Amino acid sequence: MNNENMISAEGLTKRFGDFIAVDNISFEVKKGEIFGFLGANGAGKTTAMRMLCGLSLPSSGKGLVAGFDVYRQTEQIKKNIGYMSQKFSLYEDLTITENIRFYAGIYGKSNAFIKEKTARVLKQLHLEQEANKLVRSLPLGWKQKLAFSVATFHEPSIVFLDEPTGGVDPVTRREFWNMIYQAAENGITVFVTTHYMDEAEYCNRVSIMVDGRIDALDTPSALKKTFNAASMEEVFLRLARSATRSDA
Amino acid sequence: MPAVIVHELVKKYGSAKEPVEALKGISFNVEKGELFGIIGPDGAGKTSLFRILTTLLLPDSGSASVDGFDTVKEYKQIRNRVGYMPGRFSLYQDLTVEENLQFFATIFNTTISGNYELIKDIYSQIEPFKKRKAGKLSGGMKQKLALSCALIHRPSVLFLDEPTTGVDAVSRKEFWGILKGLRAQGITILVSTPYMDEAGLCDRVALMQNGQLLSMNTPDGVIADFKYLLLAVKGPNMGKLLQALKLFDGVEDAYPFGEYHHVVLRNDGDQQRLEQYLREKALDISIVPVKPNIEDCFIALMKN
Repeated sequence: MNNENMISAEGLTKRFGDFIAVDNISFEVKKGEIFGFLGANGAGKTTAMRMLCGLSLPSSGKGLVAGFDVYRQTEQIKKNIGYMSQKFSLYEDLTITENIRFYAGIYGKSNAFIKEKTARVLKQLHLEQEANKLVRSLPLGWKQKLAFSVATFHEPSIVFLDEPTGGVDPVTRREFWNMIYQAAENGITVFVTTHYMDEAEYCNRVSIMVDGRIDALDTPSALKKTFNAASMEEVFLRLARSATRSDA
Repeated sequence: MPAVIVHELVKKYGSAKEPVEALKGISFNVEKGELFGIIGPDGAGKTSLFRILTTLLLPDSGSASVDGFDTVKEYKQIRNRVGYMPGRFSLYQDLTVEENLQFFATIFNTTISGNYELIKDIYSQIEPFKKRKAGKLSGGMKQKLALSCALIHRPSVLFLDEPTTGVDAVSRKEFWGILKGLRAQGITILVSTPYMDEAGLCDRVALMQNGQLLSMNTPDGVIADFKYLLLAVKGPNMGKLLQALKLFDGVEDAYPFGEYHHVVLRNDGDQQRLEQYLREKALDISIVPVKPNIEDCFIALMKN
């Protein structure tokens, strides 16, 4: 991790009519940092992430992602980030290599690069034998690990992970986090949301959104100290219960 | 008689040449009034099991009964008496909240007012939005409407397939509170979840992986079956610490667990030797024995 900011948000706000989905949030994420982005359902996480990924224009405030402006340079942002979510990650009816080639092609990678790196990724994942199998036939855990490799295949400076480990078994969930650590060590900044509170502990810093605001932001150990809590779950519950916006 | 009896149930998908076995001959009973949890990751076979028990899917072999009725031969009786909340939101998106509830009440030959008492605590939270289309509800509200619809005919057995998946920690706690209330009214509940920490809220649990049951017991019973000494270890460099732990000969398994690493020791006597070993490596650490939880048990069973 170094001091270069990969994400900086200043007063970032998104309104839908009268409703303020994201309310004046400010934070920075450093290069190589693993940044946990927590919040209850409806707190505004998805809207905030969409603005940072260049998919939704803010109503006000400033934002820079990988050095690009969230208003004017959304195409550059998209080229320089990776994204995966639990809900959608890979095409089920394409094979593993077809998925890799498709995504790498979208990001404009050369055939030589794709060929060399595909071999490397398949070896790392121990998926060489399955290279030509449909993604549909893979167990979920493998799918998610493959999806992460695909999301970082074009060597983005930041990868956004939206609940990447939902429903994954406890052993594979840990293998997945091991991949996150490796990516961070290679200088990729990781922006991750999760509902597993133990995973909040694996982040360098964690922010917690409540009613569109960021109500807490610090290292897990500092947050526990501040809130005099034994675990991140306790910190989270205390903050999230203060919400007035209802997702009843 | 148990509320649910599952006997050597097998379900296969795919072609004869490349079959995928979703259920590999599982058996268990659920007693009347029990809150029974099926705990397992995606792909364990939970949904196939629920669909067979709710008569929506035929097993390849084995048998099952609900309230004494066979899931194949007496499916009509079962459909009248069970409630089912599938993992995917499956209400009518373009009907309003009230219309959905009305619809399900009518199908089951009852009325909203007839069973209002049972759903009151849940439905009253979404009643202010009863004129809103179901498709326009937030995730938490959809969940409450789906539960209300599954309960409106006062089922004897309630099947909930992953009701808390993708739901935040606060709403999850609240949902389990609702389940406790329903159990108190005598409803047998089968609930599946991928969240290991929810196991402790059930009377009994079955841990499931790859179409098989790894263990079935009370939550305390599952934990009592964990035969090794478990340590929680913490240090300034967690990555280096984990590598060192994995290389120690007395360690059965070591993995991150929140702010600690959990270390499974083969012999209780090895704790001192481990401390010595880590000190020699100049790793400044704190080490304490801890009680395993369901996730530790699941990991140990998976690796067996």
